[in-house]
Amino acid sequence: MSQQSLFKVKAGKPKSLTNNPTHYCAGCEHGTLTKLIAAAIDELGIREKTVMIDSVGCSVLAYNYLNCDHVVAAHGRAPAVATGVKRLRPELNVFTVQGDGDAVSIGLLELIYAAKRATPITVFLVNNGIYGMTGGQMAPTTLPGQITTTTPYGRDVALTGTELDASKLISQIDGAAYVKRVSLVVTEISNPKGNVYTIKNLLDAKKTVQNAFKVQALGGFAFVEFLSTCSVNWKMSVLEAKRRVNEQVIKRFPLGVYRDTYGVEKA
Amino acid sequence: MTNQRVYLKGNEALAYGALEAGLNAYFAYPITPSSEIPETLAKEFGNKKYPHYKCFLQSASELEAINMVIGAASTGALVLTATSSPGFSLKQEGLSYAACMELPFLVADICRAGPGLGNLGPEQSDYFQATKGGGHGDYRLFVLAPASVQEMASFPKIGFDLAFKYRNPALILGDAFTGQLKEDIEFPIGTTPDYDVSSWAVGDSKGRGQHILNSLELDYQKHYQHMGRVFEKYKTAEEKEVLYEDYLTEDAETVIIAFGIVSRIARGVVNTLRKKGIRVGLFRPITLWPFPKIALRKLASEGKQFLDVELNTGQMYEDVRLAVGDGVTVDFLGRWGGILPTEQEIERKVQRLEVVAV
Repeated sequence: MSQQSLFKVKAGKPKSLTNNPTHYCAGCEHGTLTKLIAAAIDELGIREKTVMIDSVGCSVLAYNYLNCDHVVAAHGRAPAVATGVKRLRPELNVFTVQGDGDAVSIGLLELIYAAKRATPITVFLVNNGIYGMTGGQMAPTTLPGQITTTTPYGRDVALTGTELDASKLISQIDGAAYVKRVSLVVTEISNPKGNVYTIKNLLDAKKTVQNAFKVQALGGFAFVEFLSTCSVNWKMSVLEAKRRVNEQVIKRFPLGVYRDTYGVEKA
Repeated sequence: MTNQRVYLKGNEALAYGALEAGLNAYFAYPITPSSEIPETLAKEFGNKKYPHYKCFLQSASELEAINMVIGAASTGALVLTATSSPGFSLKQEGLSYAACMELPFLVADICRAGPGLGNLGPEQSDYFQATKGGGHGDYRLFVLAPASVQEMASFPKIGFDLAFKYRNPALILGDAFTGQLKEDIEFPIGTTPDYDVSSWAVGDSKGRGQHILNSLELDYQKHYQHMGRVFEKYKTAEEKEVLYEDYLTEDAETVIIAFGIVSRIARGVVNTLRKKGIRVGLFRPITLWPFPKIALRKLASEGKQFLDVELNTGQMYEDVRLAVGDGVTVDFLGRWGGILPTEQEIERKVQRLEVVAV
């Protein structure tokens, strides 16, 4: 398979990335997303006009990695903080990276109302089906039967219900202009010479990050959900975790464009 | 330009006072008895008289509102939100974060009777929550206690000045009475604020390093140093920003201590008793934090005795006790449940002061 370059930026890292090493665990897609965001900010030339709202969860230290202004929000409140920044400074590019516990559990009201008011902000949701930062507890996105530290015998649907589909939910809200679920997980191609991976998902994710910023610039609320792994808390190898997403998680959280008011996908 | 006289409700006056102080944004969640504040500011949104007033937004919850305030204040804007006691509890999360992030903004708590839903009458029972931090962690808010509609109009400016000078949230602690009371006041003259926010506000980062507004610091030493700096600010404020009112205390044998609406009643008591030849005065803390402890201690050192009157069971009493020191008589009269003490009740108490000198 031919080598595809993920970043058009010629050499090295995107300018919007700092030189700090990240704290992300090996195999975690948070680092990938951070780099995709930095590349998109570079390519759109909006670094100096970008304010990131850091959410509580594994993305909370993003101010160490993304070279722009940051406001660090309380758990779940990032869309409200983003709303405050954006209403006062509509010309800024305001975005947040939330985890599933942050966005879909404790901060669901803030997320829904930011969408409902068609707030021109961009919300990236990293869905790894678990509370990662706190050590692997059940998240709203935890799949039925999945073992976590608070569902040690598997998620009991009779007691805690099934997983919550954030993209489907937000796509029902009229104020949302762009809702899409993509995957940050590379996929394997069977090959007699051994494991070969394709970054098809990452290329789509990269384009989607750009689209999500473009939608904001057009005046719309953009929401992108990224399927990702948490091999440490899933108690799996990195490879097993990636296979789990590609084989199981993706069936419960199908990829696709759920809403595209401005038609940025076709552009 | 001469000040215009207007007849306003306390809550309306607070809204206009904020607008005249240069308000940029208001984030609203309705709750009685503070709702005239968002209603007034909704009505005035778009008024060409206030070109600086850029945003009025009703939130879906008190939590959402205070976090919108945090976002808006992060841009260096002048931001206000108002609430009433049950809503003030919900604001505490945001206030704790903002104190650590060193964010300036203004909150008004038009206190009603509590705890729980309580009722819609006046109480001063949020005193502890207002003056001792209120949320988690070690921090303080500037707390201003207006006693009149005139002060409801003039305190937003003082609150914004303190908030921006020290980069810390400020609070106007009113009550159902000062909020609902209608009085003839001098309308405040508009001022153009010139707070320098260039060293911290987020926005255009061209030609400078990152601005990061954050309450997270995983390095214990760095957090120790950061909060040490915040505590130094509080120490400076305790020395420099104390406000109080002294009324006929110089020759007084008994000094009534009261804040907010109670001080209005107490003033009447002082006037009545003075006519009878009883030497009584009034000491009224205006900043509840920083508390005027040095001024009170001075009065105590002159051998005066005190009667503390509050709309609660004695929350400020603890600060008064600490201020005056041991061996000083400080009696207490409290009313709660939305009920105000009458002048006669306070008069009787002044004349039969119990020697409570722990």
